[in-house]
Amino acid sequence: MATEPATETTLQGPAAWEEEADREHVHGLGPWKLGLRRLRRNKVALLFGLMFVLLVASCVAAPIWAKRVAHTTATANHLSDVIKVDGKDKNVVGLDGVPIGPQWLKADGKFLLGADRNGRDIMVRLLYGGRNSLMIGIVAALITMFLSIILGVVAGYFRGPVDAVIRGLLDIMWSFPVIILGTALGVALALGGLKIGPIHVAVYSLTIPVLIIGLVYVPYMARPVRGQVLSLREKEFVEAARAQGAGPIRIMFTEVLPNLASTIVVFFTLLIANAILLESALSFLGAGVQAPNPSWGTMIDEGVDRIATAPHLTIVPGLMLVLTVLSLNVFGDGVRDALDPRAKVRLEH
Amino acid sequence: MGRFIVRRLLQMVFVMFAVSVLTFFIFQVIPNGDPAERMAGKQPREAQIQAIRREWGFDDNKFVQYYTTMKKVFNGDLISYTTQLPVMDEIVKGLPRTLSLAFGAAILWMFVAICFGLYSAMRAGKFADRFLTIIALIGISLPVFWIGALMSYYLGYRLGWFPNGGYVEFTKDPVDWAYHLILPWTALAILFIGFYSRVLRSNVLDTINEDYVRTARAKGLGERQIMIRHVLRNSMIPIVTLWGLDFGAVVGGGAILTETVFDLQGVGQYAAEAVGQLDVPPVLATTLFAAFFIVLLNAIVDIAYAYLDPRIRLQ
Repeated sequence: MATEPATETTLQGPAAWEEEADREHVHGLGPWKLGLRRLRRNKVALLFGLMFVLLVASCVAAPIWAKRVAHTTATANHLSDVIKVDGKDKNVVGLDGVPIGPQWLKADGKFLLGADRNGRDIMVRLLYGGRNSLMIGIVAALITMFLSIILGVVAGYFRGPVDAVIRGLLDIMWSFPVIILGTALGVALALGGLKIGPIHVAVYSLTIPVLIIGLVYVPYMARPVRGQVLSLREKEFVEAARAQGAGPIRIMFTEVLPNLASTIVVFFTLLIANAILLESALSFLGAGVQAPNPSWGTMIDEGVDRIATAPHLTIVPGLMLVLTVLSLNVFGDGVRDALDPRAKVRLEH
Repeated sequence: MGRFIVRRLLQMVFVMFAVSVLTFFIFQVIPNGDPAERMAGKQPREAQIQAIRREWGFDDNKFVQYYTTMKKVFNGDLISYTTQLPVMDEIVKGLPRTLSLAFGAAILWMFVAICFGLYSAMRAGKFADRFLTIIALIGISLPVFWIGALMSYYLGYRLGWFPNGGYVEFTKDPVDWAYHLILPWTALAILFIGFYSRVLRSNVLDTINEDYVRTARAKGLGERQIMIRHVLRNSMIPIVTLWGLDFGAVVGGGAILTETVFDLQGVGQYAAEAVGQLDVPPVLATTLFAAFFIVLLNAIVDIAYAYLDPRIRLQ
C-alpha cells in the first residue's frame, strides 16, 4: 500500500465501512451476536439442543421419579415382587427368569419401561444411569478442554523445544490404543482401588473413567488449537501487546485465548458427545461404571446377554444413548455453522 | 525425501518405545494381583510361589524385568500368565480375522461415503442433502457395540438372513468368508460413513467453486467428467489421509468392540479377554500390536504427504 498513499479525505477498508455505518446509523454486530443470530435461524439445531436440555433435566430429576412414581431406587431388587397391571397380578420377574417388558402407564408408572433380571425398574435405572453417563461425559470434556487449551496454547506460543516436547507427548497419547488401556485400568481398579502416595481412588468412584476419557481426546483438540495459536501469534494485535510490554502469560490469556473461543465452544459439545460414547464402550467392556451402579453402557452390557428373551434391556438404554449423542451432535453442528462456518472440526472415537 | 523418511521412522521407534515403557510401568503400579500367586494355583505353598517368582524373574529389578519382557516380545516367547499359552501364536491366529474385518469395513465405508458425500454436495441445500446429513449424524451417534448387537440378533438370529457370528477363512471359501463378515463390516463402517460423507461433502463444495472447475465447464466438459475427474479427485486428498489414520485406529482398537459383539475371535477380542483377566503379557503385547498399526499408518500418511507436498519435508 505504500506506493499509493491514501488521500486524507477518503478512508479505506474496515475504517471506511465503519464510517459508512456511522453515517447511516447502522450498528455493527460482534461475531457472537452474528453467530447467535445464525444459530437462531437453524431450527433443527435448536430443537435438538432443547432435546438435550430436556434429557439432562429428566436425569437430574431422577430421584423425583424414583420416589414419587416408581417407589423404588436404582439398585433395589424386586425379584419376587408382584405388581398389579390392569387389576391383574403379574410377577416382576417370571418363573422362567424372564423380566416383564415395558408396562407404560398400566401399573401406575411402576416399571414404565420394564424390569431387568433382578427385577430392578429400568426407567429408574435409565435416569440414574443417565446421571452417571452425562456427568462422566461433561466432566471428561472439561478435563480435555482444559488440558488441550494449556498444551495447545503453550506449544503454539513458545514453539521450539517446548513445542517439540508437547508434540511428542501428544503423539504418544495419540498412539495409545485407548480401549485396551482404558479397560485394563478400569478392570484393575475395580478389583482393589488405587493408592499412589496420598491419593486414594475408591473402587466404585467415577474418577478413573472420567480421567481416562478426559485424557484420550486431548490430542484431537490440542493439535488444532496449537495450529491456530501458531498463526495467531504472528498477528498484529499480539505484536502490539508485546510492544506495550505484555509478558507471555498475559499475551496467551488476554490476547490469544479469546480468539480461540469459537473453536473451544464448538469442540465442547462434540467432546461431550464423544466422551459419552467412549464411556459406554468402556462400561460395555466392564471397565467403566461398576455394577450395581447403572450407566447406559453397563445397562447395554447387562442387556446384550439376554437380548433373546428381553430385548428391551438392550434397546432402551441404547436408544437413550443415541438420542443424547445425536442431540449433541446436531446441536454442535449448528453451533459450528453459526460461529465458524469454515472450521473443520472433527472428532472420532 | 530420504532424510524425512528416516526422521519419521526414528520418531516412530521413539513413540513405540514410549508406549511400551508406559504400558509396562502402568501395570507395575496398578493392582493386578501377584502373578506368581495366581500361577501357583489354589492353596500354594510359600516355596512354590518363591520358585515361580525366581523362574519368571518377578523379583528382579523393574528395569531388568522390562528388558527381559521386551526381549520376549521380540523373540515371540511371551507367555500368558493365565493360560500359559504363547501370546504370539494367539496374535498370529487372530491377525487374519482382524485384518479381514478392518479391510472390508474400510473399503465399504470409503465407497458408501463417496457416493453419499458426492450426491449430497451435488444436491446441496435440497431435500436429499438434508436427508443424507441427518442419516450421517445418526450414523456417528450410534455406538458400534449396540447396533452390532441389534443387527446380530435381529438380522442374524431372528430373521436368519446372515450367520450369527463366527468366521470362515478366506482361503477355504471366499464367498462364505464375505457372507460371515457382512454384518460386522456394516456395523463397523456405519460410524465412518457418517464422518467421511460429511467431510467429503464439505470438500466437494469447496472444490466446486475453484477456477479450474469453471474452466472445465467453460470448455464444455460433461458434468459427469467434471465431477469425477476434477472435483472428486481433488476433494479426495484429505479423505485418503483420514482413511489411513482410521484404518490404523480400527486395527489398533476400534475392532475390539466389533469383534467382541460378533465373536470373531480376532486380536481385538483376544485383547478384551486378556484385559478382563488382567493377564499382563497379552495385554502388553496387544497394546504394542495396536500401537504399532496406529504409528505405522500415521508414518505412511505423513510420508505420502511429504512426497506430494515438498513444503512439509522442511518443517
